[in-house]
Amino acid sequence: MNKFWERLLAIDRRIIFVVIFLALSVPIFLQIGLPIPVTSEVQILYDALEDLSRGSRILVSCDFDPGSEPELQPMTEAAFKYFIENDLKFVIIGLWPQGPIQANRAIEDINESEDDFIVENGDTLYFGEDIVVVSGDTARYGIDFINLGFQVGQELVIQRMGTSFEATFPTDKRFGLSQKEFPIMDGIYRLADFDFVFNLSAGYPGTTEWVQFAVDRFHVPVGAGNTAVQAPLAYPYLDTGQLSGILGGMKGGAEFERLVGHKARATLFMTSQTMAHIFVMLFIVVGNLAFFATMRKSDKQGLKR
Amino acid sequence: MSTEFGVWVAAFFTIGIASFLYKDNPLYKFCESVFVGISAGYWAVSLFWENLIAKMFDSVGVSYMFGFWSEKGALQDLFSGVWNWNILHVLAGILGIMMLMRLFPNIGWIARWPLSVIVGSTAGLWMITYFQSNFLSQLQKTVIPLFDTGKIQELSQIGAVMAESGRSIPFDNYFAAYLGNLVLIFGTLTGLVYFYFSKEHKGLFGKTAKVGIYFLMITFGASFGYTVMSRMSLLIGRLYFLFSTWLGFVN
Repeated sequence: MNKFWERLLAIDRRIIFVVIFLALSVPIFLQIGLPIPVTSEVQILYDALEDLSRGSRILVSCDFDPGSEPELQPMTEAAFKYFIENDLKFVIIGLWPQGPIQANRAIEDINESEDDFIVENGDTLYFGEDIVVVSGDTARYGIDFINLGFQVGQELVIQRMGTSFEATFPTDKRFGLSQKEFPIMDGIYRLADFDFVFNLSAGYPGTTEWVQFAVDRFHVPVGAGNTAVQAPLAYPYLDTGQLSGILGGMKGGAEFERLVGHKARATLFMTSQTMAHIFVMLFIVVGNLAFFATMRKSDKQGLKR
Repeated sequence: MSTEFGVWVAAFFTIGIASFLYKDNPLYKFCESVFVGISAGYWAVSLFWENLIAKMFDSVGVSYMFGFWSEKGALQDLFSGVWNWNILHVLAGILGIMMLMRLFPNIGWIARWPLSVIVGSTAGLWMITYFQSNFLSQLQKTVIPLFDTGKIQELSQIGAVMAESGRSIPFDNYFAAYLGNLVLIFGTLTGLVYFYFSKEHKGLFGKTAKVGIYFLMITFGASFGYTVMSRMSLLIGRLYFLFSTWLGFVN
């Protein structure tokens, strides 16, 4: 029996990699859906969004890059779909250089229109960039959403937005025009003029800085979508009411997809995630059993000596 | 299977990096080097255009002066009698140049001045921020009743309504209502005792500190669990990319 445990302890790590590979891959092909119960932190965020009246303006700060795409992109897409369907206007910014680019990708991906472009008043408007169609609802660039791009300065960008939004983000990124030329920016002078901030964060600067500056200094409600690594750091702010909800990792994204009624990638990936977790737990249990079994033997040998 | 060149490049690098799981190999080394080089290049270009050019030259008005930019800057505003705060970027630029003096040993001491500005302003900013957000707010929310009676009452009311339709409230809601506050207060106190080093951890004090360690261990465990979840998510994302976007096996 002891030899069995010793063999287990000396198992080639590549076998474990293969098992994890299969645990993650097979569910992708089978596309089995698992029940996804909604946790209170996700429900709080959803309720906060539901409480916003039609036409409210949301600042979406995409503070992540392609490295965190599997976790944060599904949340971004689900949120944008929800905003468009519920007539919530959203202004995209980024404290990470690639964040606003990820937001553009999300907008292109959620567009359901088959058309490429239309010509209106002499201007060519592209579907997926200037016009986005979701479930029959249409959002237009500059009126219903806008991308103001990245601004360097980490948390000081938030601090400066608190006193002057235009000074912080003077132009939009698509056309390079002054932000004041777009109707969506009417009446937005400072951060507090937004009704809600939705932060998608993969690290620093991110949710912590948004809480410290936007919530505690300028009293703007902030909801966050975090990578799973970052989520435990954000939870203390939820208990104190500083954060209006958290979407933690892919699980949070799947719950949010369920609430907004758009089951997509996060929901699909949760089966793979669950399978992998089952195997990881199994490895931990078996590894510990093997460790203690062999330790007892070596202890006995030590006594004999 | 994808016919896009970019997708093939992405697939090549994904497999190249993943090949390290088998063992270190030249393909992995190549992919890693390309990744490091591209990341460094991307940041350099991004900071050059978004920070140096945008803040130092465009917003101050130097680019406009030399005809590289159509928008007027702080200098032009000042000459026409309008105050523009962006003129202060000149001060930041001077501090930046002073920082570069470290490259010259004879006048390297000049770099201490901008460094002291950074240290002083950062310390001041973070002192207030952390005190307010991470200390006072957290402390305030620890001063709570041992049992959340309001929540318990609310739960029993909801539970009665749900029972009529044959449903029940999940157990974790009851746990949070009855024991949540108690665990929070107890965990905070024992955790603080563990970090009190002016008294030897012996007797009742030592046992309390030990309980604090258990709370810390549970926290680390939860954090590690989340980290595993995060890494698995990233792997799922890459596998989905390979099976779906690249090979087209999955819709």
